[in-house]
Amino acid sequence: MTTEQVLLDPTAEREPVQRQRRPRPTSLSGLTVGVLDISKPRGDVFLDRLAERFTAEGITVKRYRKPTVIRPAPLEVQQAVASECDIVVEGLAD
Amino acid sequence: MQHDGLIAVVKRDCPTCALIAPVLGQLARDGGLTVYSQDDPGFPESVPGVADDTSLDVSYGLGIEIVPTLIRFDGGREAARTFGWDRAEWRRVAGLPDLGGDLPEQRPGCGALNQEPARLIALKLKHGDDGLLSRHVNLGSEEDAIEACYARDWTDGLPVVPPTPARVLAMLEGTARAPDEVLGDMPPNLNPATVEKIAVNAVMAGCRPEYMPVLLAAVEAVLDHAFGLHGVLATTRFVAPVVIVNGPVARSIGMNAKGNALGQGNRANATIGRALQLAIRNIGGAKPGGVDRATLGNPGKYTYCFAEDEEGSAWTPLTADRGLKAGANAVTVFAGYGLQGVIDERGRTPEDIAATFATSLRAVDNVNKFPAPDVILVVCPEHERTLVAGGWDKARFKRELLERLTVPAEEVMAGANGVQEGVSPKRAGERVAKWPEHGLIIVRAGGGAGKFSGIIAGFTPSNEHTSNPVTKEVRP
Repeated sequence: MTTEQVLLDPTAEREPVQRQRRPRPTSLSGLTVGVLDISKPRGDVFLDRLAERFTAEGITVKRYRKPTVIRPAPLEVQQAVASECDIVVEGLAD
Repeated sequence: MQHDGLIAVVKRDCPTCALIAPVLGQLARDGGLTVYSQDDPGFPESVPGVADDTSLDVSYGLGIEIVPTLIRFDGGREAARTFGWDRAEWRRVAGLPDLGGDLPEQRPGCGALNQEPARLIALKLKHGDDGLLSRHVNLGSEEDAIEACYARDWTDGLPVVPPTPARVLAMLEGTARAPDEVLGDMPPNLNPATVEKIAVNAVMAGCRPEYMPVLLAAVEAVLDHAFGLHGVLATTRFVAPVVIVNGPVARSIGMNAKGNALGQGNRANATIGRALQLAIRNIGGAKPGGVDRATLGNPGKYTYCFAEDEEGSAWTPLTADRGLKAGANAVTVFAGYGLQGVIDERGRTPEDIAATFATSLRAVDNVNKFPAPDVILVVCPEHERTLVAGGWDKARFKRELLERLTVPAEEVMAGANGVQEGVSPKRAGERVAKWPEHGLIIVRAGGGAGKFSGIIAGFTPSNEHTSNPVTKEVRP
């Protein structure tokens, strides 16, 4: 056997192979928005302002922070974001 | 297109090829022969400029089955072919009436390397001849194949064997059926269950190719209208298809009918049942939280497959009860719950054993449930031995149980035994049966020591509107 990098689809092929993005919510009303600071310099300035605006609109905001920009988020941060939020906003560059 | 002339395909590892090396040398000199060597381009030494076919591409293209093979091309087409050493044939194909006069008249050849199963599969894939119709999913070079199967939601929660084209082609060697044969429409989404798609799921479950005929019979059985698979997979109840295999095929593929028959540790038992469930999940689209709405489910939804111990039993096998010849290779599917133990270590007579089984069976669903869903009784060897020693065959045992489970309606009426479920008060004065004749299925399995039998309670009492046990013969 050579490579395992080609697989045959075991399903009836009614759905695309690529995982699909979840549809965008039409409104943020009633949703919980995660605000993830990845520790980029001044990212907090931008995200603080966003959080302020969301809160003013009556939207629930939860804040998260990666300890460093150079590594993926620790597992507990990933799990918290995935289990506590409906959508998440992060600032990717300074 | 081949150039006109003679081609021979040989390998050093073939004594007949070695024997005819002088003939090959003569033909190369006088007859314009090209020799392809499958294993060593230095062989035969009698031929200068042997062509290297260690890749086997030329052999595959020519469909070589035996070495040596001699082929003559005329006008760009194959005009004649012979294999092994047959002097008269070689003279005919080469057109040389004096060829090989000092060699014996005949010697058989050897199998060609391109026909070895793993190499043949690799060659088919290399030459784009795999014939597989399933969508090919390309993974990233750093992607882990097992994790990729999880990410695509193809698994039952346990890791699966990545279904590569090579593995699926090898799996398809296990059946004579065409890959595009449709066994039926798999619920809930009613998608066609092709032999190829079932083979893909069989690879993922860990099956060996020789399990395919049993697996295909199991798929045919669950797709039979009488089984009512949609209800079985969708229900809030506990059920999974229980797969019981009968006949010599169970032994030949190494199934376990003895100790731990319903437990872990046997590849065929474990993977055939799992492949059936994966096929239902992936082809039909039945997933927990989706159409599968089981409240608790049961561990048998991973796999639930065993063989009846026909050799170890004095009784007639399930196949005979199901209208087939005793000894037939067959698969029976039954929509069943988990296992409830029946323990009796003190009973010494058939009557003792029957009393224990009857009272235990009465609890199926609840003690007032008359009639109850069909049920399988898995009788262990030590319990069977007591019954047989007392002169009871299976029919007698079944009759005695059914009699003990036919009671005055008042005993099992709604409210009786403190249970709100039960028989309607309108039936006062009647005798009511827990099961009709066909509702109690008895099989023999298990082994080693122990007076430990089992009850596999079912989904529904069988009738035209419900899930019925289905038996299908195994065919290649």
